[in-house]
Amino acid sequence: MNYWPLVGIALVVAGFALRLNPALVVVGAGLVTGLVAGFGPVEVLALLGEAFTKQRYLAIFLLTLPVIGLLERHGLKEHAQAWIRRLRGATAGRLLTVYLAARQLTSMLGLNSLGGHPQTVRPLLAPMAEGAAEARHGELPDTVRQRLRALCAATDNVGLFFGEDVFIAFGAVLLMQGFLAENGIVLEPLHIALWALPTALCAFAIHATRLWRLDRRLAREMEALERRATASPAEDVP
Amino acid sequence: MIGLQWIYWLAGLYLGWVAVLGWRDGGNPRRRASGAFWGLLALMMLAADRLPPALVGAAVVALALLAGCGGLGRGRHAESSVEDKRSEAARLGNRLFLPALLIPAVAVLVAVPLANVAIAGVRLFGREHTTLVGLGLACLLATFAACRLTRQTPACAIEQSRRLIDAIGWAAILPLLLATLGSVFAAAGIGDAVAGLVRQAIPVDNRFVVLAAYCLGMLTFTMIMGNAFAAFPVMTAGIGLPLLVQLHGADAASMAAIGMLAGYCGTLLTPMAANFNLVPAALLELRDANGVIRQQVWTALPLFACNVLLMYVIIFR
Repeated sequence: MNYWPLVGIALVVAGFALRLNPALVVVGAGLVTGLVAGFGPVEVLALLGEAFTKQRYLAIFLLTLPVIGLLERHGLKEHAQAWIRRLRGATAGRLLTVYLAARQLTSMLGLNSLGGHPQTVRPLLAPMAEGAAEARHGELPDTVRQRLRALCAATDNVGLFFGEDVFIAFGAVLLMQGFLAENGIVLEPLHIALWALPTALCAFAIHATRLWRLDRRLAREMEALERRATASPAEDVP
Repeated sequence: MIGLQWIYWLAGLYLGWVAVLGWRDGGNPRRRASGAFWGLLALMMLAADRLPPALVGAAVVALALLAGCGGLGRGRHAESSVEDKRSEAARLGNRLFLPALLIPAVAVLVAVPLANVAIAGVRLFGREHTTLVGLGLACLLATFAACRLTRQTPACAIEQSRRLIDAIGWAAILPLLLATLGSVFAAAGIGDAVAGLVRQAIPVDNRFVVLAAYCLGMLTFTMIMGNAFAAFPVMTAGIGLPLLVQLHGADAASMAAIGMLAGYCGTLLTPMAANFNLVPAALLELRDANGVIRQQVWTALPLFACNVLLMYVIIFR
């Protein structure tokens, strides 16, 4: 058994740890791995080229950009924000639960770009969650606010990850289909995508439970803070 | 018959157009690198299957060098003002969602009910990759619908997409490069090496132990590589296919799907997945760069356990 190709894995780890450009690291690791596995330089290039030709379909998603670009110029984001704002009036936990469900469902339809950290979480979700929490519990101390913001980003990630795999044209599903076909197991992408559903339901159950407990935790923490605030002046009195 | 080749031509023409616009964009200090990058990718879309593989490999190296040495820069884009966008949003209302919803609707329509339609005995769509063909056609139809709704030309839609293309930059081809790396890893026998190590370490006759090793492998490998795409070919070629499918008779489709999602639990736990974990921490001005990961731990770990159990119940049906 030749264990030398494992050098390729070490190279990827080192490259990412040194914060080199990932595209360079990945192609560099591919070249080195091919060479230490005993291929000649031209053979390695041919290997890269063959794989690239077969996997080109992963770039087809770029064709969605003209539609999104044009719609954004005509206010898609502004309209989506106005539309989502009608959900206000909920608690932080309920707001994030609704967002989690919406993010999972839209990702399942392939609408990944409807959410995301720069587009939705920073301008919309985090401010709304903070607003909902403050309306109920009063001004939040900094540590609580930071944790709530981080939870907003986490909710977007969970919703995206465990929704997108159900969409048949998503990269991961096509990657799996392509890989299995290369190994002689020919399947329709839909067959793979549907098996992502049980995990998607578990992800919603687990994360929504944590969000459901968020409101009670916030109330408890704010109460404790308030008690300390009212108790401390009393101690100052001699 | 409409096959995947048509969609590659469509993507090649689109990216070629983007490359020309980028090359001419005086507002981008790296306009030549940007034009060359998208032009080369356009050429690969149009003709990679007709070129000698070694030449395509050299082009892949050139793409990585263009991306890694100095980057692609950002062009100057004609942005409309926030007031304009608000008034357009108020004017068009929910109709704005329609072209965006057309993409998944048409893609699913082509992939499922229309996949086997024949006109005069000739199939309308190719037998392979119908989903991708559907996605490509859906994008084309949705672009025309969006143009009609906003009274703009397709040329204007392409110009507007440059804003997004420049923001995505070289990251657009990272999934492709990682998939390529996965294929090289497979050809170099990394799967065998990993499988060799694993077989020495665990009792392969016990299917639950093998399954747990596959899931744990996906989790840790994803954490190392920063994404599950790179981990999937290695772990599946090394453990999944030889030990679970061939030795224990597992179902390949459900094993792949749940295995990939076990890997996603790793993505929630690693700073290597910078775009999901580190970038939002910076965007939300968190003091702790790992703050987002900390909030994800108690979703990721129970979900990983669920994946192991689900896989055990499902793949040996």
